[in-house]
Amino acid sequence: MKAKGLGFYLLLLPFVLWFVLLIVLPHLQMLELSFIKRDYVAGDSVGWYQYQQFLGEPLYWRTLLRTVWMSLLATFITLLVSFPVAFFIAKVAQGKVKRLLLLSCLLPFWVSELVRTYGWMILLRESGVISQGLMALGLTEQPIEFLYNDVSMLVGLVYTSMLFMVVPLVSTLEGLDQSLIEAGYDLGGNGWNVTTSIIVPYAMPGIVSGCIMVFMLCLGNYLTPRLLGGKDSLWFTEQIFTQFITRFNWELGAAFGVILLLVSSLVVALGLKLSGQSFSRTLGR
Amino acid sequence: MLHQLRGPAKSFYQFYMVGFLVFLALPLSIVAVFAFNDSLFAALPWQGFTLDWFIGQTEPKLGILYDDGLLSSIAVSASIACFVTLFSLLLATANAWLFIRFDFPGKNWLYIGLLLPLVIPGVILGVAILVASSSLANSIENSFAWELEWLRPGFVLVVIGQVAFITTIATLVVLARLRKFDFSLEEAALNLGANSWVAFVTVVLPFLSPALIGAAVVSFLMSFENFNTTLMLVGSDAPLTIAMYDRLREGSTPVLNAVSLLLMLGSAFIALVSMLFDGKSKQD
Repeated sequence: MKAKGLGFYLLLLPFVLWFVLLIVLPHLQMLELSFIKRDYVAGDSVGWYQYQQFLGEPLYWRTLLRTVWMSLLATFITLLVSFPVAFFIAKVAQGKVKRLLLLSCLLPFWVSELVRTYGWMILLRESGVISQGLMALGLTEQPIEFLYNDVSMLVGLVYTSMLFMVVPLVSTLEGLDQSLIEAGYDLGGNGWNVTTSIIVPYAMPGIVSGCIMVFMLCLGNYLTPRLLGGKDSLWFTEQIFTQFITRFNWELGAAFGVILLLVSSLVVALGLKLSGQSFSRTLGR
Repeated sequence: MLHQLRGPAKSFYQFYMVGFLVFLALPLSIVAVFAFNDSLFAALPWQGFTLDWFIGQTEPKLGILYDDGLLSSIAVSASIACFVTLFSLLLATANAWLFIRFDFPGKNWLYIGLLLPLVIPGVILGVAILVASSSLANSIENSFAWELEWLRPGFVLVVIGQVAFITTIATLVVLARLRKFDFSLEEAALNLGANSWVAFVTVVLPFLSPALIGAAVVSFLMSFENFNTTLMLVGSDAPLTIAMYDRLREGSTPVLNAVSLLLMLGSAFIALVSMLFDGKSKQD
């Protein structure tokens, strides 16, 4: 390694400016704002006022709980759906088929999330393709509304975040030695034993990194719950948007932002702890 | 595993893979198909084939080529994406070089700092930048009576917000390539009398160029399709994703399908070109 000259500090400068000005300072300001109570008569004061409001209004904390729960559910479903696919791509498919499969997994994600969600709307809504198709086949008399419920929202969330599960799974499973699987079978294991005691433990780093990415994407999603979820399916990001843009209550919105950030960090930290993975190794591949 | 599977289990697995591919392709193909439906709604029944949603010149079937609102939002998105790509790429190159080439106290902590934007939800990043820039703008206005328009929601803030997290992703792409660089080549250049800047430009930069192109493509596409961060920072000129979202809520015509189809073709083209470059770099 080189001695640290002027060059080192010139390189450190852009990193520090980016990190401090665009990441750290904005979040500290948001934290500060969340503790301010505006009072145009008595003057502004500092305190837990916004956080008390959050705890005192069941709509707010229930929305948060629901968002976390649905995100966990979506993450779990995404893992279940993606694992066989990733295994197929990493271990079964060869040559051209393998490249084509990986490509077909990647391509939809080069397209905007809005377009993907819009596709599901055209498919699922009352005047949509599935409902009208069922009617044309004579399977149902009335058009059916598939949209605006938890299932359609979960389908959208899983679809939107699938890639971020498949890619880390494929890259860890590719390192798995085929002979380990064969040894498992030779020792009398069945498909289930081999999967649970050889393949899954080996893929753990990929599983954790995929789950963290997918969970964060679901938790921070705005479009999918808004467009595919029902009227009652409030998402916490929507609450933040409402406080900031619709109600112009920036102090409460900032508190919501801090709370969401805390909850997401907690879940990520817990996931890393439980699986014994490190943050920079899982995400900084 | 599959060669161990026989009979129904094997057919089930193959059936599953086919089902998965259908699941992947279905929403996008439906969007594409309905760009050609001669109806005011993107829904069944099929009313016949038309190109009006691309080239229609009059309301209600105003095609994308004549829809000034959507066209200008595409221009806004493209210029935002150009700025974001430029800044993120410059930052990413400097960051990657810093983390590969130097050891310094607290390096691991700074690396965690570099990765941090990956676990900040986009809406929150947007909100935090909105709060910080507004409070800066307010304090400048109060102290100096200058109204700095660019610190209010709009073009500049969207660029700042997107650079904040796209820099991380671009840095990871450049870092991955730089890890494979043989630093004795740089030493050789230095021994032959180059200064470190000349050595960087003539030896390292050519080696990095495929990763830089890849990072540029990723940054451009991520910026172009970003919604969450942009939503909180947008001013009067809406980028494409925001403009489409507003149309979608008002009740849309298949002109949105036409835009979406063009977007799909555009990103598929860009992605394929970048994959060609990537393939070349692996042959090196």
